[in-house]
Amino acid sequence: MESLSGRKKVLEQKPMNFWERIYLPAIFRGMGITFMHMFKKKETTFYPEQEREFSENWRGMHSLKRDENGKERCTACGLCALSCPAEAITMISAEREKGEEHLYREEKYAAVYEINMLRCIFCGLCEEACPKEAIYLDGPIVPADYLRKDFIYGKDKLVEMPISELEALKGATV
Amino acid sequence: MEIAFLVEKLLLVTILFVATLTVAAYSTYAERKVAAFLQDRVGPNRAGPFGLLQPLADGGKMFFKEEIIPSGSNKWLFIAGPSLALLVSFLGTAVIPFGQNIELFGRVIPLQVTDINVGILYIFGVVSLGVYGIMIGGWASNNKYSLMGAIRGASQNISYEIAMGLSIIALLLVSNTLSFKELAEQQHGWHWNIIYQPLGFLIFLVCAFAETNRMPFDLPECETELIGGYNTEYSAFKMGAYMFAEYINMFVSSAVMVTIYFGGYNYPGMDLVNGALGATWGPLVGVAVMFLKIFAFIFFFMWVRWTVPRFRYDQLMDLGWKVLIPLAIANIVITAIVITVVDKL
Repeated sequence: MESLSGRKKVLEQKPMNFWERIYLPAIFRGMGITFMHMFKKKETTFYPEQEREFSENWRGMHSLKRDENGKERCTACGLCALSCPAEAITMISAEREKGEEHLYREEKYAAVYEINMLRCIFCGLCEEACPKEAIYLDGPIVPADYLRKDFIYGKDKLVEMPISELEALKGATV
Repeated sequence: MEIAFLVEKLLLVTILFVATLTVAAYSTYAERKVAAFLQDRVGPNRAGPFGLLQPLADGGKMFFKEEIIPSGSNKWLFIAGPSLALLVSFLGTAVIPFGQNIELFGRVIPLQVTDINVGILYIFGVVSLGVYGIMIGGWASNNKYSLMGAIRGASQNISYEIAMGLSIIALLLVSNTLSFKELAEQQHGWHWNIIYQPLGFLIFLVCAFAETNRMPFDLPECETELIGGYNTEYSAFKMGAYMFAEYINMFVSSAVMVTIYFGGYNYPGMDLVNGALGATWGPLVGVAVMFLKIFAFIFFFMWVRWTVPRFRYDQLMDLGWKVLIPLAIANIVITAIVITVVDKL
């Protein structure tokens, strides 16, 4: 049939000639190619020591953010847990007491906030669902571990460092 | 039989055994390195400098893995399979001469465990026994994939042994001996058999790839179709034994090819070196040359593995029966005619 697009290519299926049929020239040519690859630049990135550059929209480990005064933004509304298709997020809310205003921004906060990194699929829906801009997937690759229970990350691993500590750390390195 | 003779043989066997094990262990390392280099990677480099302790780490891993014997399997044969594969692969080294006679403590010691006058027949017997390890293991697993792998292994080995034997007959017409020692001695001073038997060598080489179940003829284990083939059900050290047997087979077949086609321990300028170094150190240089040649062959095995894709099963049989066997027969006829004509002249 006539080709309407004009892009159809009919491949000719010629029977192999003698040199093609004895395979050996083709094999030797192939071996030459693979041998030349021994002297090429290696593509390996030595991962733990060396890290590849991540793209702009890379989604890594979660971090729970603080506001400009160093108070935790999360109000434990649970929208992230609801939006999570992998059911990886769970939390227990608590009410802010007198004298804790410098710690939490709103009257309610997450006393426990856990993400199961084995369940998480890093889709970023929690980030989109959060009305308080409290959770972002802007961290590094989640590291490997030996036990399943160690993959359930609590607030100790997720919450951003307080500004004061961050500055202390910067001062120490400078 | 004197004690010294026994000690001498015992030492030789022990050294050979350890050397074979070491070569096989480091072949696994070399295989991964060669594969990596051919694919623009760096290969194992974490265990020790340049990853040199990798074989030890792998061996340790194999030992400490859980050993599973499937409940539906035939237990004794399941254990016998890998044991046989490993045992038979070691047997081949017994007849290979690794060097000239060496003078040590006033004794002349041949660097060959035994020089039986039918060495080539012995090697053939041992090689054809090798397939039993695969067959028994595959059958005893009571698994369809294993059985398929075992059947493929058996038919492949039987098919390629014929062509291998025929290619050797042409060589025997030239050399008139079945003893490995004599074969090696005959090739002294550039009379390497590869020059007289290039076609025979090519056939032998292809068959050696098939007999050791190496790429492009690794149909018995064929991961993509048979999920590992005959060793699907094997775990821990039994799996390791099969892998080890494969690498030892590679070492033995490289040694055989070097001995019968590439001059064995002979090298150009051998007499000069032997004269200069004496009867103790001279032969050791020969041993080093022999091992260099063997390593070159092992590298070749790996190089081919990471270049050529696996044959389809019918192509494999076509190549064996329709190409290699007629070629080998033609080679015998041509060799016989040439020898007769040259003798009459």
